[in-house]
Amino acid sequence: MRKHRAAHGAPRRAPYLFLLPAGLLFALFFALPIGYAGYLSLRKIEVKGLGLGSGARSEVWAGFSNYTDALTDPVLLDGALRVLVYGLIVVPLMLGLALLFALMLDSDRVRGRAFTRLAIFLPYAVPGVIAALLWGFLYLPSVSPLHYTLDALGLPQPDLLSGGALYVALSNIAVWGGTGFNMIVIYTALRAIPAEVYEAARLDGCSQWQIAWRIKIPMVAPSLVLTFFFSVIATLQVFNEPTTLRPLTNSLSTTWSPMMKVYQDAFVAGDIHSGAATAVIIAVVTFALSFGFLRLAGARTRREENR
Amino acid sequence: MNHRTVAVLAATVFSSVALAGCGGSSDDSSSGPVNLTYWAWAPGMDEVVALWNDANPDIQVTVKKQASGDDLVTKTITAAKAGNAPDLMQAEYQALPTLVSNDVLADISDQVAGAEDAFAPGLWQQVTLGTDAVYALPQDSGPLMFYYRADLFEEYGLTVPTTWDEFADTARALKETEPGKVLTTFSANDAGLFAGLAQQAGAQWWTTEGEQWKVAIDDEATGRVADFWGGLVAEGVIDNQPMYTPAWNNALNTGEQLAWVSAVWAPGTLTTAAPDTAGKWAMAPLPQWNAGENVTGSWGGSTTAVTNDARDKDAAAAFATWLNTDPEALTALVRAGGIYPAATAAQSGEALAEAPEFFANQPDFYVTAAEIAEGTAPAAWGPNTNVAYATFNDAFGEAARTRGDFRAALTTMQRATADDMTGHGFQVIE
Repeated sequence: MRKHRAAHGAPRRAPYLFLLPAGLLFALFFALPIGYAGYLSLRKIEVKGLGLGSGARSEVWAGFSNYTDALTDPVLLDGALRVLVYGLIVVPLMLGLALLFALMLDSDRVRGRAFTRLAIFLPYAVPGVIAALLWGFLYLPSVSPLHYTLDALGLPQPDLLSGGALYVALSNIAVWGGTGFNMIVIYTALRAIPAEVYEAARLDGCSQWQIAWRIKIPMVAPSLVLTFFFSVIATLQVFNEPTTLRPLTNSLSTTWSPMMKVYQDAFVAGDIHSGAATAVIIAVVTFALSFGFLRLAGARTRREENR
Repeated sequence: MNHRTVAVLAATVFSSVALAGCGGSSDDSSSGPVNLTYWAWAPGMDEVVALWNDANPDIQVTVKKQASGDDLVTKTITAAKAGNAPDLMQAEYQALPTLVSNDVLADISDQVAGAEDAFAPGLWQQVTLGTDAVYALPQDSGPLMFYYRADLFEEYGLTVPTTWDEFADTARALKETEPGKVLTTFSANDAGLFAGLAQQAGAQWWTTEGEQWKVAIDDEATGRVADFWGGLVAEGVIDNQPMYTPAWNNALNTGEQLAWVSAVWAPGTLTTAAPDTAGKWAMAPLPQWNAGENVTGSWGGSTTAVTNDARDKDAAAAFATWLNTDPEALTALVRAGGIYPAATAAQSGEALAEAPEFFANQPDFYVTAAEIAEGTAPAAWGPNTNVAYATFNDAFGEAARTRGDFRAALTTMQRATADDMTGHGFQVIE
């Protein structure tokens, strides 16, 4: 009996033992900082008198006042709307191009596949700040070779750093940098489709177009969902490109995107508490949007399977 | 870590070993030398500190380049919360109230008594915040001046403006003769310059009255400055694009822009921004609001402060005093760091005898600079200068882009700054 119980007990402990390192790391470097940010967002600094010298500043409970302040701040809402417009340009364009390139690379007739794949992927290896600096150079009329060429041809030279064109300028950097990565994800999924499927399709008389449209795209749908998921999150957190381009133009404010507002609050204005509250709001919205989308995509897949 | 830092560290280690070896001769040999940490970003600071360490074996200073400017302020405040702030730190003038408000800086008025006379009153007032306390010692300063392309001014028959009215006339005259060129630009990406121009006009953005802060960013003096630049931008006789961009560098380098209102450190910036124009520029006093006066504002400049976490405040203050008033230290700072010293005596010292290389055509560059610096107007900073500066970027950026209402932008700046203070519990009067 005793032997039997021991044999039962031991394997039950083992999984937890194996989980321990991951759990510990998760708690230390993920749960704890998030919890601390949540805690900070419920506090605020209160100043007495001139606020100079010792004891003039104290940290007190703020309740949800940081949240109500952030949510009623038109600056944050304006930033969110700008990011929405930006996202409406970036996400469809980037994923559309990624899918197109992946399908083209996957087609049998293509040559120089390895080189092309690398060439499209390479911009992803350029850090976001560097990419924005490079593009910033190309956008400034007086130093841009693009404007120089247009001028030489006698064509009008658009100002890419103000008005609606600014969205195009910013989106362009994201699309240039992100298409390669998404293409690789989709391309990898395409290569994993068994050859028999194509063989069967060809036997049934499918054209290349029909194969792409009816077989390839539906079969890589999970990776399209995945890349969409990543792209939405990246878009909501856009920070590098507008921050880097900001000094070049009067049209980009220091609170252009919600993330920039968090940075301004926490590290420029020195109010870590309202910065934390805004960050939590952005995290909740990101979470709701992305998991809402995943559930939607999941439900759709299940429906199709049941059909 | 570069070789210099290694050398300093090695020197620190060796000297403490040496001191421990011959212990017993001095009174507090058991505790060894005082070791101070100094967070600073001024280039060449290691060399200057090495001079001190050689001469003062019982007070050893180690320089650490943690960050610069506002980033260092944020880092130090965080470190101070954890009780780990360095003994000494470099801080810009406008950051001092923020640091004092966060209880980072020690009052060293007892330790540095008598240092006041070494500095211009306008600078000294910025390290006392107008109180009896002394929170830092001035290190370098940035009096504003007028830089212009001497060759092009001659070519187009322009006169060097001595008043702001003449400045506007010069801008108009240039636009008329050379429509493709502009005198200068109004840049909304650095509030420091605008603050300096407002100081010249007599602005006092933050002052204290009893237990209350008076915020007067939209006062008459600043309004005058805003209207002046807004008028020129609206008229189209000056540009509205930000400075420090590749486009701005290009405009200066090709002579598309002929002038720059800047501080004494401008030669360094021009050397990299407009390398092809060496020897073609000249420096003159900043145009005045009233003819015949000699008033200027400041743009930039920093101080050396002792923190509340300093283990030995006397030793730290002694080092700060030496660094910012001793002729040998200041000469080394000028040579190694290229700074413009805040101490009045050093402004005519041997290290500044020669004009900067870029201004070789103007041998009396630093003589003129010292005369201009004498008229440095006081500046009054508040506990949320960063908020005001960030609002400046956004509000004036928008106003410059639309060539619109600068006075409205100024009101926005005032509102945001005062509201931020009220929100944190400050008593604010406007």
